[in-house]
Amino acid sequence: MNEATREPMRLGPIVAKTVMYLFLILIAITCLVPFYSMFITSTHANSDIARSLLFWPGDQFMENYNRLIETVNIWRGFANTIFITVAFTCLNLYFAALAGYGFSKYNFKYRGGLFLFVLGTMMIPGQLGIIGFYKLMNALNMLNTYWPLILTGIRDAFGIFLMKQIADSSVPNEIIESGRIDGYGELSIFHKLILPLMAPGLATLGIFSFIGKWNDFLTPMIILFDNDLQTLPVMIASVKSQFSSDFGAQYVGIVISVVPILIFFSIMSKRIISGVAAGAVKG
Amino acid sequence: MNSKINKSHYGYFFIAPFFIGFAVFGLIPILYTFYLSLTKWDGFSDPIFIGWDNYARIVQDTFFYQAILNTLIIWIISIVPQLILALVLALILNEKFVRGKHFFRAVYYFPHIITPITLGVMFSLMFDWQTGSVNKLLLEFGWVSEPVNWFNSPWWSRAIVGLVICWQYFGFNLIVFIAGLQSIPSEVYEAAEVDGASKLQTAWWITLPMLRPVFLFTFITSVIGGLQLFDAPLMLGNGPDNATRTMVMYLYETAFKNFDYSYGSAIAYAIFIVVMFFTLITARASRLKD
Repeated sequence: MNEATREPMRLGPIVAKTVMYLFLILIAITCLVPFYSMFITSTHANSDIARSLLFWPGDQFMENYNRLIETVNIWRGFANTIFITVAFTCLNLYFAALAGYGFSKYNFKYRGGLFLFVLGTMMIPGQLGIIGFYKLMNALNMLNTYWPLILTGIRDAFGIFLMKQIADSSVPNEIIESGRIDGYGELSIFHKLILPLMAPGLATLGIFSFIGKWNDFLTPMIILFDNDLQTLPVMIASVKSQFSSDFGAQYVGIVISVVPILIFFSIMSKRIISGVAAGAVKG
Repeated sequence: MNSKINKSHYGYFFIAPFFIGFAVFGLIPILYTFYLSLTKWDGFSDPIFIGWDNYARIVQDTFFYQAILNTLIIWIISIVPQLILALVLALILNEKFVRGKHFFRAVYYFPHIITPITLGVMFSLMFDWQTGSVNKLLLEFGWVSEPVNWFNSPWWSRAIVGLVICWQYFGFNLIVFIAGLQSIPSEVYEAAEVDGASKLQTAWWITLPMLRPVFLFTFITSVIGGLQLFDAPLMLGNGPDNATRTMVMYLYETAFKNFDYSYGSAIAYAIFIVVMFFTLITARASRLKD
């Protein structure tokens, strides 16, 4: 606005701005069109999907949906994923806050070295120990249960890093002192006084660990055998192989997988994006 | 003050769960995987110790070399447009005049939180030879005379996998770049404006050099992530002559489809070495430029 009033109107900047807006809109369309196309296609019969390019909604969604549901219990997968993700996230938040607070406020011996070790574990690729993990879970009789998927929430190095930053910046030492004077034990100080103070940071970490766990694929696929225990991503993958020629059903599967994320993201997008930005600046 | 010193050892109790969890779910599996990689094991009887034979087999395994090459090719195909796009969009969105900044950022970021498996299935449907919407669109415009059989061509297959990854990650890098841009103090820009620098000159001589740490961050995270591609490519298949089989896909097939756990373990370590190697190269190369 300032430029326009200060300088005489020139054509150059206007053209440049138009080009920039067109570019922004073009890329935005590229991001959204595949999803639109997927919604539309899921509402058409297989014969139409094979024949023509579809722009407008049809009326075959329920038919495609029913064929899908007959073979794959996708809502069961949905419920399973919610259960695993929520349990994992709770465990993850609690123990990340616990360790982050411990690293931040207790001046124990080897603190620096141990914290570096925690950060170092982030560099280990996830699939390095996957075969040993599978074998160990077999030995512990935990195959085909949710324990291996949920208990791993205890060891989140990134979460500890983030929570240490939060504790450094938003937990004043005076609070801990006042808790001690009031006669609280160390753990109840953490539960009663510290956790509420760390709530905003926990919300950010919670979003990350929720999304990460929701999308998890390899571990549930190798750990779980029963179809009824499987998670949504594994079910979507099996829809692709089981319905290889039934495209309508595949599209419905995709829609069921995307819509909840779309709703979640529309509500939380500001928080998610500022969380990503904050995580990147700190990292 | 005194009380605090007395209580410091309580810290160990607070951090202990992580170390126990890491030992059980991280360290022991990693060490056990290493042990398995030195054995021959059919999964039923006891593993037989065979020393470095599995590693000797990897060194001669053309499938593994092909998987490394595939992974690198797909990574390059995805990373170059991804970073350029993210940077250009970040520079535009950092301009004051742009309206709807949050909307654009949210739309660009959206693909990144979709389940990679879902994205893989979605793109395999879109690029389906007979029924995919991409071929329909190309035919409609008359750009091709008959449907392109994308997944029958090694290079198209790789390009599509690269496209999925690019499409999924550019929004994430965009957010990181914008965060980097906003951490540049505004005085620097004001000084440049006083000196009469044009927008492009400012971007080239001031913004880009000051973004170097951010570039380093994105580059290293994308090397580590890009070399471990698995979910989305798995849904797009191995491609003709395994042209899109990535390293982790090869590990998964060997261990969990062919049940060759001991060789799979060796592959897991080989992947680890390859990832570390390229991470170090990237870190070194970015530092050398200084």
